[in-house]
Amino acid sequence: MNQIPALIRVFAYLSILTVGGGMAAFPELKTLTVEVHKWLTFPQLIHLYSVGQMAPGPNMMMIVAIGQWAGGFLGALVVLLAFFGPTALLAFIVARGWKKLEKWPWRTSIQQGLAPVSIGLLLAGCFTMAKGAISGVETAAIAVGVLLILLQYKINPALLVLGGAVLGVISFMPK
Amino acid sequence: MSDAALNPSVESLPATAPFAAQASIAQIFLEFLIIGATSFGGVVPYLRGSLVTKRGWINDKEFVEMLSISQSLPGLNATNMAILVGEKLHGALGSIAAIVGICLPGAVLMYIVGIFYRIHGDHVWITAALKGVAAAAVGLILSTVVSMSKKSLSGKFDFVFIALTVIAVNRLHLGVPRTLVAVGLLAVLFHRPRKQQKESGTP
Repeated sequence: MNQIPALIRVFAYLSILTVGGGMAAFPELKTLTVEVHKWLTFPQLIHLYSVGQMAPGPNMMMIVAIGQWAGGFLGALVVLLAFFGPTALLAFIVARGWKKLEKWPWRTSIQQGLAPVSIGLLLAGCFTMAKGAISGVETAAIAVGVLLILLQYKINPALLVLGGAVLGVISFMPK
Repeated sequence: MSDAALNPSVESLPATAPFAAQASIAQIFLEFLIIGATSFGGVVPYLRGSLVTKRGWINDKEFVEMLSISQSLPGLNATNMAILVGEKLHGALGSIAAIVGICLPGAVLMYIVGIFYRIHGDHVWITAALKGVAAAAVGLILSTVVSMSKKSLSGKFDFVFIALTVIAVNRLHLGVPRTLVAVGLLAVLFHRPRKQQKESGTP
């Protein structure tokens, strides 16, 4: 069945939800791609998202893989356009108009008000993901370890995610 | 190929010089392509290193301001920054060159990874490694939550809005859009402009 229209609808909708980062849309991403359209399973979604953290560039590029699975090369292409197009257009319009808003007192209010909400959305996305990703003492220890290391030292997060892969192989390989 | 892209003399300009900021579409595309291909572990520091320090296309003050605009708009910081910087350097075409450049390498990589994962994803080694990778990613997101909280909150009461947002999405299952409108509106009204804010320094 042709999934292209559904891919466009879903990812254009997710696009406008990414306030404060891609993770803000994660709960909705899970509902739509896993439960509604069944393009992939929840563990697969978590795996793709996590592997995407090791890729360079904007950190939601894993959506390309979802598009590819559901609709081949064209699927990947429309997902990219649908996901980045709407917010890109908005940013472009704002880039033109923002200077004029400099004196508008509500500008600061909006920035101050959206800050805690975007952090909350990020945290909510994180909890949604943790439900699938944290399944025992080992995985919890890896997550807490990465958190503590990042809070304490300036180290490239991609390296820690790679380190997680090594620990995963050590902990979960069947003997 | 344009010889301007190969001309390194731009770099010798002091970073604070007033900007004639003329960059060709090819230069913009190439610079963002390089950022897109090398920015492992988070794009923002690479953007600053490249656009402010190396190229001098924007100064530090502009960079910080553009970043704060990027953060309060929907969309990823990386792509919003590409649009804003591209627009400043070369209008609409500059924006397109920048966003395509920054997305292309990661998109191609994840396209290949997706195909590979679909074929080999159930291999025991890969399943084991991915379990560790996913757990590490959770830790990484939590650290982003902490560092964002340190940087961008403007008062203790903001933690109430964070909690409300999490409860609305994860417990009440209101969905992201309704939560965004409801809690967002509440938070923006809480931070509404106040009269005395204007000249509070000199009564």
